[in-house]
Amino acid sequence: MSVGGAVVDILVFPGLLFLLVFGMAGEFVDRKLYARLQNRVGPPWFQPLADFLKLVGKENVVPHEADKRMFNMAPVFALGSVVAASLYIPLWGTAPVFSFAGDLIVVLYLLLIPTLTFFLGGWYSRSIFATLGAVRAITQLFAYEIPLFIALLAPSLLANTWSISGMARYYSAHPWLWPVNLIGFGVALVSLLGKLERVPFDIPEAETEIVAGAFTEYSGRRLAFFRLAIDCEAIVVASLLAAVFLPFGLGLAPWLGFILYVVKVLFILAILALLRTLFARLRIDQMIAFCWKYVAPIAFLQVLVNLVVRELI
Amino acid sequence: MSERERIVRVPIGPQHPALKEPESFMVDLHGEKISAVALRLGYNHRGIEKGCEGRTYVQDVYLVERVCGICSHSHSTAFVQAVEEIAGLELPKRAKYIRTLIAELERIHSHLLWLGVAGHEIGFDTLLMYTWRDREQVMDLLAALTGNRVNYGLNTVGGVRRDVSPEQIPEILKVVDALEGRTKYYIELAMTEETLAQRLAGVGKLSKADAVTLGAVGPTARASGVDRDTRRDDPYAAYDELEFQVVTDDRCDVFGRAVVRLGELMQSYSMVRQLVKNLPDGPIAVKAPLKIPAGEAVSRYEAPRGEDMHYVRANGTDKPERVKIRAPTLANTQSVAKMLEDGYLADLPIVVAAIDPCFSCTDRTIALRDGTRHGARTMGWEELVTYGVGWYRARGVDCSRITVRGGPRA
Repeated sequence: MSVGGAVVDILVFPGLLFLLVFGMAGEFVDRKLYARLQNRVGPPWFQPLADFLKLVGKENVVPHEADKRMFNMAPVFALGSVVAASLYIPLWGTAPVFSFAGDLIVVLYLLLIPTLTFFLGGWYSRSIFATLGAVRAITQLFAYEIPLFIALLAPSLLANTWSISGMARYYSAHPWLWPVNLIGFGVALVSLLGKLERVPFDIPEAETEIVAGAFTEYSGRRLAFFRLAIDCEAIVVASLLAAVFLPFGLGLAPWLGFILYVVKVLFILAILALLRTLFARLRIDQMIAFCWKYVAPIAFLQVLVNLVVRELI
Repeated sequence: MSERERIVRVPIGPQHPALKEPESFMVDLHGEKISAVALRLGYNHRGIEKGCEGRTYVQDVYLVERVCGICSHSHSTAFVQAVEEIAGLELPKRAKYIRTLIAELERIHSHLLWLGVAGHEIGFDTLLMYTWRDREQVMDLLAALTGNRVNYGLNTVGGVRRDVSPEQIPEILKVVDALEGRTKYYIELAMTEETLAQRLAGVGKLSKADAVTLGAVGPTARASGVDRDTRRDDPYAAYDELEFQVVTDDRCDVFGRAVVRLGELMQSYSMVRQLVKNLPDGPIAVKAPLKIPAGEAVSRYEAPRGEDMHYVRANGTDKPERVKIRAPTLANTQSVAKMLEDGYLADLPIVVAAIDPCFSCTDRTIALRDGTRHGARTMGWEELVTYGVGWYRARGVDCSRITVRGGPRA
């Protein structure tokens, strides 16, 4: 790959620019669907962009007490890590921009960074609500992250590779095997609600309790980038789930494969929107109990199933 | 770390997204658990009682109606009932029925509103959107009957100002039927939806003994098993001619309060049907004197949030000498601190919301604290006027021709 080609890949397509556009489109789909499910009209298609531009144009307030450097860097790192992760995920077909043996682990760690930046940004805001939100974000992280890891590692056990593209190749070679991982898909979706801080796991930014949680002190450009990072994170994690759990139709023509990829991601976003319509917010203790009592054991069950299936075939 | 250092103090209010009105809960947290709550009211004192003394009885009806934006009919009815008692007015039956009809429709809109707010406080926005959409029907009905969605302006001393036309009766029944179906759905939802039950059951416990001791009223008391309802215990308007049950519950928690309110909605639908069916003919008001003879009266009224109490003292002029309003929230605030004991921070919004608070309605007084802090000092009215006059005079503005009531002539 030439240097110029790599730059285009990273910055334009399928890298940063594509991710930003798709992230905003994803936010629109989520908000519109959420609104329609609640019997509301919902926003027009350009609302996420309008919100972003509005926030960028607004005043940037940094609290007097805050640690300026950490406070400024948190949103940049959040967006940066998400974009970096996106380069290792095959969007369609089986080949991502970059890949190496073990990139699944790297992607999972890169996708952990946004939550850490929420924590750091909130913690260094030095506001009581931001601190509480930060502590809740990190508490919640321990509850959903491990089931998510296990759920994503189970398919890789079956495929016998730690590389996402390797998994995609394995499952396109054995197309009847992907339904084996459906339990893991369910676990990953539930964990995703926690990762994206959606109802019923929007505890770290529970508006009625701790204002906006870790983002309480954020405003203007920094808040805009945080929100953009969360939008992109939703797309990247949905793409990861689509690549790992829905690996069918990968041998199609590029344009058809691209459409199928978009449909898969929108399908996952639609499920997330539906789930957040259905539930009330849990308390942090209930959320952790739920994740450890039910979600984690079910994720382990998926590992067991995959080990058995691997012996059988 | 010592025990003291582990306590985090969180200011919920006076400005906070969980609260629709300014009030302050200073919460001491131990982890996510609440170890102490300090409650403070008085951020929205509007001087309504004093304002009543300077206005005529007719003007006061409109002023007390604005005590609350949700139970506006409750306050105006409680007030005119007291005035009518002093004046010895006997109301026509039709007026009583129309008052009761609006009162029950108001209860329906208030309880549906509460259900939505409760949903929002526990992060269940779908419930908020659904109930508030349904609530629009009763709001539109109230607008059709009285001319306004809130602050109906229906009451007057001696009766009501607007009649219910025969064409409106099918409209009322249609809305009641539609809402009854929706309420049945919400009752089913409350009984079966798992996250809802998890967030509401066992939260904000208030035992029957505590409810009585702390003087809780309305659905808050009834959900703790206190069988108390002014509509039955001390009937006013047309309630003595209606068949209804007082809904109580022994759960003593937020879930019980939701069950009671949903049950009361069903009772209200039945009451509205009875009222519309038996609506008597006749005039809707009697002529009331502008000057009310000297005397005093206390009027009790079961507002959607609990018992509302108005006290009026007349001195023979067209203005009352004293009006005292005790909104139901004041009676219920005492129990909030009890309910929050050993609770979680996450439960604070729903526990506070479960009494259906209306803090602005409650504020009857304001306390000056730390009046001398940061070099500030407290000024009386006269001192303030003298200071103001001096301030303008120093800048070349002559105030000598302006007289200020109660103040010295400059």
